[in-house]
Amino acid sequence: MRYSALSVLVNGLTGKVAPAWRSPDPKPEYDVVIVGGGGHGLATAYYLAREFGITNVAVLEKGYVGSGNIGRNTTIIRSNYLLPGNNPFYELSMKLWEGLEQDFNFNAMVSQRGVVNLFHSDAQRDAYRRRGNAMRLHGVDAEMLDREAVRKILPFLDFDNARFPIKGAIRQRRGGTVRHDAVAWGYARGASQRGVDIIPHCEVTAIRQQNGHVTEVETSRGTIRCKRLALATAGHSGVTAAMAGITLPIETHALQAYVSEGLKPFIDTVVTFGAGHFYLSQSDKGGLVFGGDIEGYNSYAQRGNLANIEHVAEAGVAMIPALSRVRVLRAWAGVMDMSMDGSPIIDKTHLPNLYLNAGWCYGGFKATPASGLCFAHLIATDAPHKVARAFRLDRFARGHLIDEKGQGAQPNLH
Amino acid sequence: MASLIPCPHCGPRPKEEFTVRGAALPRPAADASTDEWQAYVYLRENPRGDYAEHWHHSGGCRRWLVVHRNTATHAVHSVADAAGDRP
Repeated sequence: MRYSALSVLVNGLTGKVAPAWRSPDPKPEYDVVIVGGGGHGLATAYYLAREFGITNVAVLEKGYVGSGNIGRNTTIIRSNYLLPGNNPFYELSMKLWEGLEQDFNFNAMVSQRGVVNLFHSDAQRDAYRRRGNAMRLHGVDAEMLDREAVRKILPFLDFDNARFPIKGAIRQRRGGTVRHDAVAWGYARGASQRGVDIIPHCEVTAIRQQNGHVTEVETSRGTIRCKRLALATAGHSGVTAAMAGITLPIETHALQAYVSEGLKPFIDTVVTFGAGHFYLSQSDKGGLVFGGDIEGYNSYAQRGNLANIEHVAEAGVAMIPALSRVRVLRAWAGVMDMSMDGSPIIDKTHLPNLYLNAGWCYGGFKATPASGLCFAHLIATDAPHKVARAFRLDRFARGHLIDEKGQGAQPNLH
Repeated sequence: MASLIPCPHCGPRPKEEFTVRGAALPRPAADASTDEWQAYVYLRENPRGDYAEHWHHSGGCRRWLVVHRNTATHAVHSVADAAGDRP
């Protein structure tokens, strides 16, 4: 069924609610099996079907659809990247976000409310100016704001913070937020309508090979043969790759996020505290959604520590003193693939029919549409999409790292 | 994560006193092949389970430690000085 104002009215009056996507039993064999029913896996299935006409596809998810990082992030989208390997990719993602709802006929509440990154020193201003110039050279919107221009849009910031006085900001107006769960639901529905089987509660436990090719996967719902196998298991890429005998340049770390009690409209943009690592936006329900750094040590536990909550709260109150009286309703954590240079991997592996989508660090949500499109392109054509050529698995051996933060091979610092 | 790391020199200390370096891997010889050095610098087993890591007691005795712990349950099994038996 196609959603429209009329369909909402008719279904509202008749009380008919149909599931948005099918969840059939797995067939014995598929052309493509995608492991991971999160944002990237579902988007990959959607674009495989829509762009490349490959519909004999299964998406295997060990939990329920959207139970991984697509349901655990802070919903921010942006394309304010500096490096040539990253910038065109995230800009393609931004363009796909802009047309997403019309494309998959689902309300994902894409809200281009703008992203404001504050700076607090001359050095930081210069770095942001360079970033803004790089963005504009790639055709991406960016503007520098001075202190008074920031004060106009965010009057409640602490401009006279003794340690980190706000000197200005870089703004990307086209950035913003998206209803994260709806992204998973929209892609699941769009893929399912085109014939993709979305199979929840189906955990892959082994990857079987013959003559150097992947032949089948063992799952909690039986053996499934596949012509091509695609891994999109963010946070657990190390575990799934190990099933195929591959060691990745990735560590798994936990990142917390938080949401406050519902407030009246308070902030109509996304703002980040450039001095530390703190970012804040307001959801349409009124809760302030915010987050900070990862926990700093390898972890597969989807929970964080109180020490980090304290650290994030301190950074938030330093930026907006009024936050000190806001109550936090929930804190949760997701686990993510922290790659050695802070950038993702979309590539083939040494097994010719095994494809890898991993290493998104904590920036995977904004990449969802472009990641799905580029991964589908790679699986369908066996050649990388032109904006994802830099995301090769062997770039570490070749010395072609994409180190946006300049931290070196230290995943817990990216 | 366990809240306390039992430092062999200082006793149980809050983990916030420590800085994590990452996997405790044997360092290749200086003349080892490029592949071996590549693996040492970039590749990680990253298991969901037991793991050995270098932690630095940066807010305490400033010794480098090898911490054996479980990355899923966060239980710490053992902590030893990275230099072996030296104090």
